[in-house]
Amino acid sequence: MNLTLKVWRQKNNKTKGALVDYKLADISPDMSFLEMFDVLNEQLITKGEEPVVFDHDCREGICGMCSMYINGRPHGPKDLVTTCQLHMRSFKDGDTIVVEPWRAAAFPVVKDLTVDRSAFDRVIAAGGFISVNTGNAQDANNLPIPKMQADAAFEAAACIGCGACVATCKNASAMLFVSAKISQLALLPQGQPERYRRVQSMVAQMDAEGFGNCTNTGACEAECPKGISLENIARMNRDFASAKFISEETI
Amino acid sequence: MSDINSNIPEGELTSKWTKYKSSVPLVNPSNKRTIEVIIVGSGLAGASAAATLAEMGYKVKCFCFQDSPRRAHSIAAQGGINAAKNYQNDGDSVYRLFYDTIKGGDYRAREANVHRLAEVSANIIDQCVAQGVPLAREYGGLLDNRSFGGTQVQRTFYAAGQTGQQLLLGAYSALERQIGMGKVEMYTRHEMLEVVKIDGKARGIIARNLITGEIERHFGHAVVLGTGGYGNVFYLSTNAMGSNVTAAWKAHKQGAYFANPCYTQIHPTCIPVSGDHQSKLTLMSESLRNDGRIWVPKKKDDNRKASEIPEDERDYYLERRYPAFGNLVPRDVASRAAKERCDAGYGVGASKLAVYLDFKANTERYGKIEASKAGNHNPDKETCMRLGTEVIKAKYGNLFDMYAQITGENPYETPMRIYPAVHYTMGGLWVDYNLMTSVPGLYCTGEANFSDHGANRLGASALMQGLADGYFVLPYTIGAYLSKEISVKAISTDHPAFVEAEERAVGILNTLINIKGTKTVDHFHKRLGHIMWEKCGMARNEKGLNEAIQEIRALRHEFWSDVRVPGTADELNTELEKAGRVADFIELGELMCIDALNRNESCGGHFREEYQTEEGEALRDDENFAYVAAWEFKEGVNFELHKEELKFENIKVAQRSYK
Repeated sequence: MNLTLKVWRQKNNKTKGALVDYKLADISPDMSFLEMFDVLNEQLITKGEEPVVFDHDCREGICGMCSMYINGRPHGPKDLVTTCQLHMRSFKDGDTIVVEPWRAAAFPVVKDLTVDRSAFDRVIAAGGFISVNTGNAQDANNLPIPKMQADAAFEAAACIGCGACVATCKNASAMLFVSAKISQLALLPQGQPERYRRVQSMVAQMDAEGFGNCTNTGACEAECPKGISLENIARMNRDFASAKFISEETI
Repeated sequence: MSDINSNIPEGELTSKWTKYKSSVPLVNPSNKRTIEVIIVGSGLAGASAAATLAEMGYKVKCFCFQDSPRRAHSIAAQGGINAAKNYQNDGDSVYRLFYDTIKGGDYRAREANVHRLAEVSANIIDQCVAQGVPLAREYGGLLDNRSFGGTQVQRTFYAAGQTGQQLLLGAYSALERQIGMGKVEMYTRHEMLEVVKIDGKARGIIARNLITGEIERHFGHAVVLGTGGYGNVFYLSTNAMGSNVTAAWKAHKQGAYFANPCYTQIHPTCIPVSGDHQSKLTLMSESLRNDGRIWVPKKKDDNRKASEIPEDERDYYLERRYPAFGNLVPRDVASRAAKERCDAGYGVGASKLAVYLDFKANTERYGKIEASKAGNHNPDKETCMRLGTEVIKAKYGNLFDMYAQITGENPYETPMRIYPAVHYTMGGLWVDYNLMTSVPGLYCTGEANFSDHGANRLGASALMQGLADGYFVLPYTIGAYLSKEISVKAISTDHPAFVEAEERAVGILNTLINIKGTKTVDHFHKRLGHIMWEKCGMARNEKGLNEAIQEIRALRHEFWSDVRVPGTADELNTELEKAGRVADFIELGELMCIDALNRNESCGGHFREEYQTEEGEALRDDENFAYVAAWEFKEGVNFELHKEELKFENIKVAQRSYK
C-alpha cells in the first residue's frame, strides 16, 4: 500500500506544533498501525531526521498507553480496538491519514503525539480504591457476590485508562473514565463503606483537573476501545446526587 | 559445593516461614517514618511492595518508565493466578501447589522459597478480593476456578482473559491511595540508570526524567527492583515494547549476581509471525488449552484447509505422546513438541511454522450440555455448535476477538494457528531467602528475580509470585535488614558515590548520542534477536552457542561504533532510551549463551540437543547440575560462575513425566 500521512509534530509543550506530510510506500496490510509508524521512524532516522514520538507499550490492546487521534477518531476507524490493534487492512491504498495527539486541556501535549495523562492518576488517587491495608482480608469466599453483579463490576473495571473518551468528547469530559471506577466499586459489597465519600472526592478532583462536564452526547461510549457503557455515568450522577443530598461528607 | 549463602532458615520446611515471621527483627513505627525505600517498577511486584511498605509506615519512592504505574506489563497477563484454596474440593493443598511448582520447574528451584510461595498464595486471593478485584464467580456467588497446564487440580482464579489487568489495577489502586495520602512519591516517566553503592550497600539510584532528560539522584536506605523480565533480548516476544533488563543489568554490573539467565520460557500458544515488519508477538492464553485440542496433519506438507482434513488424518500429538496430561502438559513440553512437528515437516499455514488449536470438539460438547439443560436430549450437530459457540464466547471472547483482529481470520470457524514465542524469563537477579541480591540492601522481586520457578514456570504462577513477593514476603524480610539501619541518617546526594554513579550514567548517554553511526537501534536489536532465537532459543547446542557468543561480541563492537541515535539527551528522546536498553540486552545475550553452554544438561525451558532421552524429552544431570548458576560481572564484559547447590529434602527428584 502507498499512503500519505499528515502527522502532528510538536517539539515540546512550549512550542507550537503543525501537521507535517510524509509519504510511505509498500506498507503491508498485515502491519499494525504502530508498526507502520515504526517503518516511518526507521526511514526518518536513516534520513537524519527526528523520529515521531508516540506512546505505546504492550501492543496488545490492554496497557492503554497508545493514543493516536486518527482521521478524527481516537484509535482510528475500527470499533472496540486500540491504535496498536488497528491493522493497515482497515485502510486503502492511496489513503491520506491524519494523525493527531489526544486533544484536551487536561492532557497537555508532551511531544509530537505524546500527551500527559497524569490527571487520571490523580483522580484515582483521590478515591478510586477500597481502603484496605495488606494483611487485613478475610477469606475470599466469606463474601459471596452474585455473578451478575460481579460481571457488571468487571465490565466497568475493564477500562484501560487510555483517555479516548476525553479525547473524543467536545467538552473533554472524563466522566466515562471516572464513572467506570466509581461503578466498579459501587457495584461490589466491598466498595459500600466509602461509596458516597468516593464519588464526591473523585468528582472534585476531576473538576480540579480541568475536565469538562457531560452533555450526554455519547461519543465516549461509541469510541471506547473497551465498550465501557454510558450507564456508568448515570450511576455516578445518581450516587453523586445521593451523596450531596443525603450523606454528604466533608472531603 | 555452594559458595554463596541463600540464608534459608533452619527447621522443617512447613514451619520455616511461620517461624521466620515470628522471629524476624522489627522496625518500630517512629523509626519507619525516617527510613526511605526506593522501589523501581510498578507492576505487580513493584506496586504491591510500594503500597504495602507505605501502609507499614516507611517513606517510599516508586519509579516507572511508563506514563502511569497502571501500564506496567503485568497488565497483559491473561489466564489467571494460582492459589492453594481447594475451593473445588479436588484435593488441592499447599503441599500440592509446592510440589507441582518444583516439578514443573524441573527440580531447579529452591524448596524453601517455593513452599513459602504456596503458603501465601491463598492470602493473595483474599487481599485482591478485599480490594474489589472482580474475579470470576459462579452463580452461587463464590469464586470460580479453571485448570492450567502442569497440574491436575483446578486452582486457577481468573477474571475473563484479563486477570493480570484486574490484579494490577488492584495493586495500582492501593498504590494510588498511598500516593494520595503523600506516603509514596511516584516518579512516572523515569528510568533507573544506575544503582548507587556506599560502603558496599545499595543507597540509592540515578534516574533519568524521560520528559526533560534531567538526571536525578535519589537516596534510599534500601532499593527494591521489581523491573520484570528480559524476554525482549529476543526482539520478538510477548513482552511490552518497553520491557527491558536495564535496571537489573546495572545492578548486576554493581555486584548483584545474575542467576540462571539461560532459563527462558517459550510459550506454546502465540499467534505466529506474519512478516518482517512484526514488532511483537501476541499470546493466546494457556487457558485456551482447556478447551482447544492441538493437532497437525498426519501427512507431511499437507496444504488442505483444516476443515478439509478428516478426523483420522489428524495427529493430536500432545494427546498421543502424553495421555495423562494431554493438551495440558507444561509449557516447555508443549512448545518443544510443536517445534518437533514443524521441524519434521508437519507445520501448517503459509510459513509452515504453526500448529492448529482447534475448539470444535469441545464446542460441540458444550453445546450438547446446553441443549440438555434446555431439555433437548437429542440435539443435531448444528444446534450443538450454535449453543457451544456461546459458551466458548463467554469463556474466551476477548481472546478470540484479539486473534481475529490480528490475523483477519475467524477462530470460531477455522482452528487457530499458533506457534511458540518467548514469553517469560525464569532467570534473573540472584536473591537469597530474604529476596536480597548479593549487594546488601538491594532487593529484587517478581519476574526480575530468579527464585521460584526453576527452569520452567507453570501457567498462572507469575501473577502469584509477583504479588506474593510484594504483598507478603518482602515487607517482612526487608525488616531484617532495615532494623539494623535505623541509625543511618538520610545520606546527602552530594556524596561522592552519587556523583560518580551519575558520571557513569551520563557518560553512557553522551557516548550513545555522539557515535552518530549509520544504523538504527532497532537494526541492532533485530539482529541480536535473530541470533538469540536461532542459537539460544527453544533448542540449543554447543556449536551454535559458541557461534552465538562470537557473533554477539562482534555485534557489540559494531553497535558501539555504528549506532545512530538522533536528537539530544536533554529532551524526550525515545531512540536514546531504546539504545541504552539494547546495549544492555547485547551484554545479557552473551551471558545467556555462556550460561546455556555451561549447563551441560536439558531441564525445563533449557533444552540442549545433546542431552535428551530416546523419546526426545529433556535429560537432566542431577549429579552435576543441581545448582543455581549465579554469575558475577567482571571488568570488561566477563563473567565468573558461582554455584548455589539445590538440596531437595522434601521432594524426591525424578524425571518429570506427564505421560
